Amino acid sequence: MKLEVVREILDCRVITGDDRLDEEVGVGCGADLMSDVLAFIKPNALLLTGLSNVQSVRTADIAGIKAIVYVRGKRPDKEAIELAKEKGIVLLATKLLMYESCGKLYQHGLRGGSELEGGSSDAGRTPLRSTL
Amino acid sequence: MPEEPLFVQRFEIGGRDFRNAGKASTTAKAILKEIGIHPAVIRRAAIAAYEAEMNVVLYARKGIMEIRVSPKDIQIRLEDEGDGIADVELAMQEGYSTASDEIREMGFGAGLGLPNIKKNADSFHIHSVVGKGTTLEITVLL
Repeated sequence: MKLEVVREILDCRVITGDDRLDEEVGVGCGADLMSDVLAFIKPNALLLTGLSNVQSVRTADIAGIKAIVYVRGKRPDKEAIELAKEKGIVLLATKLLMYESCGKLYQHGLRGGSELEGGSSDAGRTPLRSTL
Repeated sequence: MPEEPLFVQRFEIGGRDFRNAGKASTTAKAILKEIGIHPAVIRRAAIAAYEAEMNVVLYARKGIMEIRVSPKDIQIRLEDEGDGIADVELAMQEGYSTASDEIREMGFGAGLGLPNIKKNADSFHIHSVVGKGTTLEITVLL
């Protein structure tokens, strides 16, 4: 799903990254606990969260999350926005609640992590050739 | 044969330094990307490093993280000075946590950190001495 479509469905304000709304996300993840995000997230994901501090963006960077939607009218703090700009992570904000936001995106076809092929979150377990 | 490349970087981690929490791991991730490691491998190493770094920030007084890249693997070693873990086996169980409300408000402390490190690592060793600190050795194969 294109981020532009996410923006439309959730009536989001774009906080940073409005030049990257043509990028696609393949899976959605809704969580306020970053521990859960790190344990269950898939690559190329959209994160929906109410956690507005800098850890939301650090977690996104570590886990390869392309974009974050802050739900319930939450605003990321200045530090979070600066880091997102630096790391190229798109930040969106919606007034919708977490349940409504996830429901609307799911209804429009954005699936959850456990439904993806393979199911488990540890992609890339097979030995890979060294690129050194 | 070209020389075997080896990359080593050490990061200092401050306990309770919430402002910089996770910075070492995001920096390390950027370096691994520059070296040209496969993205799926980077992802596992970065998640393991980040969880381990957050543990130092949240629970210890201070610590050091060392990332070592060899032609066959990424080794992440963390050594902290802190209270240590009284029951490592219990701490390895999903959902077990001694986190304070302050830690939970930051989005951490769900009791998933150590199990998640193990899940992302190809080998994982933990050694803890109560009252002294904890050492983690994480290896992710390339």
